[in-house]
Amino acid sequence: MAKFEPVLFARIHKPDSASLKSYQADGGYSRLKEFLSMAPADVTNIVKDSGLRGRGGAGFPTGLKWTFLPKDHPGPIYLAINADESEPGTFNNRYLMEKDPHQLIEGIILACHSIRSNKAYLYLRYEYGTSYRVLDAAIRECYAAGILGQNIKGTGFNLDIVLHRGAGAYICGEETGLIESLEGKRAWPRIKPPFPAIEGLFRKPTIVNNVETLCCVTQILYRGIEWFKSIGVPPDPNNPRDPGSYGPKLYCVSGHVTKPCCVELPLGVTARELIEEHAGGVWKGRKAKAVVPGGISMGFLSDKELDTKLDFAGPGKVGCLGLGTAAVVVVDDQTSMVDVLYNCCRFMSHESCGQCTPCREGTAWMTKILERIRTGNSRVEDLDLLLEVAGSMGIIPGTTICGLSDGAAWPVKNAISKFRGEFEDYIRGQRATVTSAQKLMAVH
Amino acid sequence: MSVLSEELREKIRAEFPKYPNKRAVTLPALHLVHDTLRAVSREAIVEIAELLDLHPSEVHYTMTFYNFFKDENHPLGKHRVWFCRSISCMLRGGEELLEKVCHKYGVHPGQTSADGKITVEFAECLGACEGAPCILVDDVCHMDITPESAAALIDKL
Repeated sequence: MAKFEPVLFARIHKPDSASLKSYQADGGYSRLKEFLSMAPADVTNIVKDSGLRGRGGAGFPTGLKWTFLPKDHPGPIYLAINADESEPGTFNNRYLMEKDPHQLIEGIILACHSIRSNKAYLYLRYEYGTSYRVLDAAIRECYAAGILGQNIKGTGFNLDIVLHRGAGAYICGEETGLIESLEGKRAWPRIKPPFPAIEGLFRKPTIVNNVETLCCVTQILYRGIEWFKSIGVPPDPNNPRDPGSYGPKLYCVSGHVTKPCCVELPLGVTARELIEEHAGGVWKGRKAKAVVPGGISMGFLSDKELDTKLDFAGPGKVGCLGLGTAAVVVVDDQTSMVDVLYNCCRFMSHESCGQCTPCREGTAWMTKILERIRTGNSRVEDLDLLLEVAGSMGIIPGTTICGLSDGAAWPVKNAISKFRGEFEDYIRGQRATVTSAQKLMAVH
Repeated sequence: MSVLSEELREKIRAEFPKYPNKRAVTLPALHLVHDTLRAVSREAIVEIAELLDLHPSEVHYTMTFYNFFKDENHPLGKHRVWFCRSISCMLRGGEELLEKVCHKYGVHPGQTSADGKITVEFAECLGACEGAPCILVDDVCHMDITPESAAALIDKL
């Protein structure tokens, strides 16, 4: 197989990669006029036929999502760009926004043309101040060059992009939470249906897409369906419901590795390959004990599951929730899984929006039980209690509105089923191992 | 005597054309006020609500969802320094880093130093895990931080 060449990241190491001049010198926006002259449905069909699946975590087919919009709607129709990248371990969109904002803007223009939208809201997490300034400058450049605004490139197509900064809430990454937040409300996810494509932002049809997804749209339009489908993993012939995992993906590798990095590879690379060939191996010559496959809400791979393919279907085959954001976090063999799981639970407890009782209470109680384990006051039965709480919360048991709760339950389910011996030994040892630094963090 | 200056009101009004209704300007308005006044007081909430044609309770209800905004009893220092405590930073010494910095400046997370210069906070994942542990000074991220480099950054502020 030919060596894989990065595409989404092809330009990020160039000096001045964020400027319009540099993007155009590399051929950016060169065919925008041609694409804007195509029928919107034809653009949607290209994206649909490419097999592109959303990069934000759920992996829903992007083109299919676009077709859910009502036909002949008088408008307005909105595009909301989800740049609230907050899943622990994830930082791929930050690179795309800071280093190549025009690749994203071109994707936004193409998507808006396809869904017949003249207004796009880019919901950016507040913490990404540099991304904000780079995007703001890039959007201004586009207005000045006639690439945004009225009558883009003389095609008669109009589009405005509004940058909207969040205020530090993980739940704004859930698409209806994002919509509520944009409307100036608490980011409480909505009950679906109606899905945003029918009734979304300001009660109008809305498509919510992730930053990396929209960058893929740009590349698919320029390079074609065949190119996109030549990368990644085709559908499993034994599973008629598997749409496959096509295209390049940005994998983030962090935690206990020698060289933490964000690297673009074909979907389907294994966790072992990522750690050993791209992140310089586990740090300090140690071994991996557990690996988060795609952000903490996806659960854990054990050291025996490192050859799992990180495509949309792979992590699910070993009991994880899914590929998520493809953020790989490595935990070495000197680290206590009790501390790691506590960190995950504390995060989810802090970030639960509080709307659904099973999530608000469940995340808090799981954190409290783990605190009890860490302070040496627990019983082995507490592990079953944790599993019972974890099993009662989320969309999968059907007790919550959004998937945050499933993401809070999954690390608990995986950690206790895959590392039960370690948890039991820890509890039987009945030693309080909490350091003063850890105590400082014990605020939910 | 109003809390919001005419200049600040103008900045808030300048956001109106971007959205189909004024309510959507709640977060942008809160950011503008919070950045300038280092807190959003009850009086400020009433004035924001007037500008946005909302009831003050609606602005307050939205504001208090986001832990980000401080009220008048807990105003921010001149700069806000966030220490990431999520998994990748925790694995690479983020907790110990925060403890040492808190000790050095005599503050607990959420508090402002006695000279009013910095407010120290813990943050959930800052999205800079390749440079863990990382910190955010106002809204600029700094990576691969040690207690010494954190102190150097803070002392330069």
